[in-house]
Amino acid sequence: MTFLQITTQLLEGFAYTLTIFGATLACALPLGLLIAFGTMSKFKPLNLVSRGFVWVIRGTPLMLQIIFFSMPNLWLTPLINFVFRSNVDLPIRGTEATLIMVCVAFSINYACYFSEIFRGGIQSIPYGQYEAGMVLGMTKRQIFFRVVLLQVVKRIVPPMSNEIITLVKDTALASTVIMVDLFTVAKMIVNKTVDIWPLFYAGLFYLVFNGLLTVILSRVEKRLDYFKV
Amino acid sequence: MAFLEVKNVKKSFGNTEVLKGIDFSLERGQVLSIIGSSGSGKTTLLRVINHLETADEGFATVGKDIVLDASVKKLSEKELREMRLKFGLVFQSFNLFPQYNVKKNLTLAAELRAKEALGKKASKEELAERYSEISDKADALLEKVGLTEKAESYPCELSGGQCQRVAIARALMLEPEILCFDEPTSALDPELTGEVLKVIKSLKSGEHTMIIVTHEMEFAKNVSDKIIFMSEGVIEEEGTPEEIFGNPKSEKLKSFLFKENF
Ligand SMILES: Nc1ncnc2c1ncn2[C@@H]1O[C@H](COP(=O)(O)OP(=O)(O)OP(=O)(O)O)[C@@H](O)[C@H]1O
Ligand SMILES: [Mg+2]
Repeated sequence: MTFLQITTQLLEGFAYTLTIFGATLACALPLGLLIAFGTMSKFKPLNLVSRGFVWVIRGTPLMLQIIFFSMPNLWLTPLINFVFRSNVDLPIRGTEATLIMVCVAFSINYACYFSEIFRGGIQSIPYGQYEAGMVLGMTKRQIFFRVVLLQVVKRIVPPMSNEIITLVKDTALASTVIMVDLFTVAKMIVNKTVDIWPLFYAGLFYLVFNGLLTVILSRVEKRLDYFKV
Repeated sequence: MAFLEVKNVKKSFGNTEVLKGIDFSLERGQVLSIIGSSGSGKTTLLRVINHLETADEGFATVGKDIVLDASVKKLSEKELREMRLKFGLVFQSFNLFPQYNVKKNLTLAAELRAKEALGKKASKEELAERYSEISDKADALLEKVGLTEKAESYPCELSGGQCQRVAIARALMLEPEILCFDEPTSALDPELTGEVLKVIKSLKSGEHTMIIVTHEMEFAKNVSDKIIFMSEGVIEEEGTPEEIFGNPKSEKLKSFLFKENF
């Protein structure tokens, strides 16, 4: 295998890795905010369910969750057939479908971690900020979006950055169930060429991408430096 | 009937009765100071009036409008906001919005309100006109509290005294009928209390009706038309500054004033 061939194959794998990363981030951020509201809710059932959910997801290995979600035929299909008294065969197989299920697993897992960061951020805003908004006749919505949100963002950027960088590396776990991501491709090349350097070459992809993310995220942090909370 | 009438306000937290039936009234343009030892319920009273706490019992009117009625349990957010806007409240800890500069701290709520009042159909020009009125008003108020040159500064760049003056201007933006202060100088270094008290004093001109909870006895004596001394959730004594400071009747007030070196 030439250097160019190896590079091309790794790039293809990297595209899948980026897909998992991007899709997870896009889904886990809003979902995490929803779960955070759930865990802060005064409505007991919702509160308990959300907390229980976060506990289960954070308390079990991500690897287990990925494998679980990659085998929907063993639980989702029977469940649907049971609920709807039907007898269908869900077409969830093949690389594309499994990739989607892997993204679902990552999204749910990361949403739970994000939700705890959101909750901490929201609860750290002094109640006086809400009260100041209230006595100025602002609505709850206005207070959240116009007063509290940016302060929360400022507080959560550092812990979020950590999670996001961890996510880049965690995508390698997808290699247990799909055979297309950067890490799998690297492994296969190493097996084939009996050479160790493609592994480090793949590592460089992760490293450079994380470097880029670090730069962007610290820019965001700097941009919010103009005020103190 | 007086401009502000407060009748039989009661409030408990769990088993502790913090307000045990408060009645008072205030004429338009007058300044009322509330004094009393720590834990006597002064803050709670202001918070109840401003609907930051719900009263267990009580009734209040400003002019012809009902601003508190504990017998009505479910208020819509809209009704609550309207009642709250009759009052302004300046907090001990300022509670400025840190991400906005001084000017924006003043204009934010007014702009949101103007936008809401005009509705979705409003033209850009109409809105721009309202915003420029709001901006002018903010400039005028900043001048009044002596902070014109700080309009673009952020709260973290101001001293405590300057923050509190911004908070006062912010509270005045929405033209409350009655402006309330909860120990406006307690969080300040002693050398900064003067500038804030001076601003509050300058508002006493007949057009601003004010309720001031304070531990600054000299200030209360100078600025007030009426003083209420609270103790353990009741109004122990009320009267003019001369009556309260010159001729205290109850033992509790006498010993309170003695402790405050007054
Ligand atoms: N949210 C609350 N929950 C329980 N108890 C409260 C609450 N707020 C106030 N209290 C109690 O109510 C009593 C009156 O408190 P309040 O803050 O009104 O006193 P204050 O006169 O303002 O005192 P200070 O001069 O120290 O500010 C205190 O005993 C206080 O512990
Ligand atoms: Mg108090």
